[in-house]
Amino acid sequence: MQIGVLALQGAFREHQWALEKCGVITRQVRKPQELEGIEALVIPGGESTTIGKLLNDFDLMEPVRGLAREGMPIFGTCAGLIMLAKRIKNSRQETLALMDIEVERNAFGRQVESFETDLELTVLGEQPYRAVFIRAPYITSVDNGVEVLANYGEKIVCARQGKFLVAAFHPELTDDLRLHKYFLEEVAK
Amino acid sequence: MAETVAEKGTWTVKKGLAEMLKGGVIMDVTTPEQAKIAEEAGACAVMALERVPADIRAAGGVARMADPSIILRIMDAVTIPVMAKARIGHFVEAQILEALGVDYIDESEVLTPADEQHHIDKHAFKVPFVCGARNLGEALRRIAEGAAMIRTKGEPGTGNVVEAVRHMRMVMGEIRRVQNMPKEELMSVAKEMGAPYELLLEVANTGRLPVVNFAAGGIATPADAALMMQLGCDGIFVGSGIFKSKDPKARAKAIVAATTHYNDPKILAEISKDLGEAMPGLEIATISPEQRMQDRGW
Repeated sequence: MQIGVLALQGAFREHQWALEKCGVITRQVRKPQELEGIEALVIPGGESTTIGKLLNDFDLMEPVRGLAREGMPIFGTCAGLIMLAKRIKNSRQETLALMDIEVERNAFGRQVESFETDLELTVLGEQPYRAVFIRAPYITSVDNGVEVLANYGEKIVCARQGKFLVAAFHPELTDDLRLHKYFLEEVAK
Repeated sequence: MAETVAEKGTWTVKKGLAEMLKGGVIMDVTTPEQAKIAEEAGACAVMALERVPADIRAAGGVARMADPSIILRIMDAVTIPVMAKARIGHFVEAQILEALGVDYIDESEVLTPADEQHHIDKHAFKVPFVCGARNLGEALRRIAEGAAMIRTKGEPGTGNVVEAVRHMRMVMGEIRRVQNMPKEELMSVAKEMGAPYELLLEVANTGRLPVVNFAAGGIATPADAALMMQLGCDGIFVGSGIFKSKDPKARAKAIVAATTHYNDPKILAEISKDLGEAMPGLEIATISPEQRMQDRGW
């Protein structure tokens, strides 16, 4: 199984390491032709405005949308979550617009408000999941068909809609591989 | 319900923001308008300043932390992270920047040092710090003090990449050297480099710095940015190189693209076209030793 990792900007290296530990081959994607032959795509954390602009400038927006509509599974973390959302609060930023969710950017505040915490993520089992939130977004509302997988307080921070999985935090920054495995074994299966 | 205790300002959280900036370009800006141009061009963060390094160099005198009102206006203008500079050793400037809510502090040799012996104890802050380094020992000293991100010093405000190349080659070369060393030799190398032993051991085991390492100081063209990326850095700071050039918008966008596609000469050729004049460059040999910013700090 070969998994593409969008490598325009951000923590793509850490996602590759986590995926490779799960036993799959990864490929960095910066150009449309690099999408050929991949079975799933991961969109990493990074700066969503930067990633969005580069997706447009290097003609990746439409090819990724096309493959997603044909059923390619996508896992987006932090900036990746923003790129998958159909609506962003107070912004007209262009996204891939694949999931029926509304997202607020930098919703917890600036960097001094960034934090780590234990989340209850029942699809991964009983053991709490250590989640790192960095200038993180959260999901402000979901439409029918979206399954909420984790909340932090009242806020939705992890969700799934069919072949798409999103997290507001950074599973690539910890050694816990359970969410990557969940994507590979349950979502992308 | 899960335990909802939020731990802020942890090492993971400080280091993590730098991880998110990787493969991106951090641009020096002095006004909200410039900050918007940088964001629009795809910068992953901006550095809020009163003057860019080339103007600091030209003005001479004592360069200090920017006026908080300038920094706050820039923070209001953009949604990307905003960094700001404090003088080396000036922990009160750093306290002020933290109170303003900046996302990262650069303890920077571009400003006039406030302390010639001691850098800031960066572990004492919730906000993360980036520091300059010319070699592995210097990088590891800063990390031991709490820097969650490292950059080359280069020679700021010159538009001349030669010093950044020297510092990046030095750090990468020293990493390769310690990686291939028998363990018993590491203690004497730690002594020779003035590097904390535990951190040096970590570098020898992993083959990389424990934090993200950006290039800075003299980068003026897309080719400069790609050169630094091919030499092994994680991302790019551009100081004077953008807003001292003829067409900042086009140049900013091209440097962002070059940092992503650093390994693709065809794309680099395409994006290097028609950018107008780069910033005027300075030959390092014409700068008198006491004017060299890279020798500030230790």
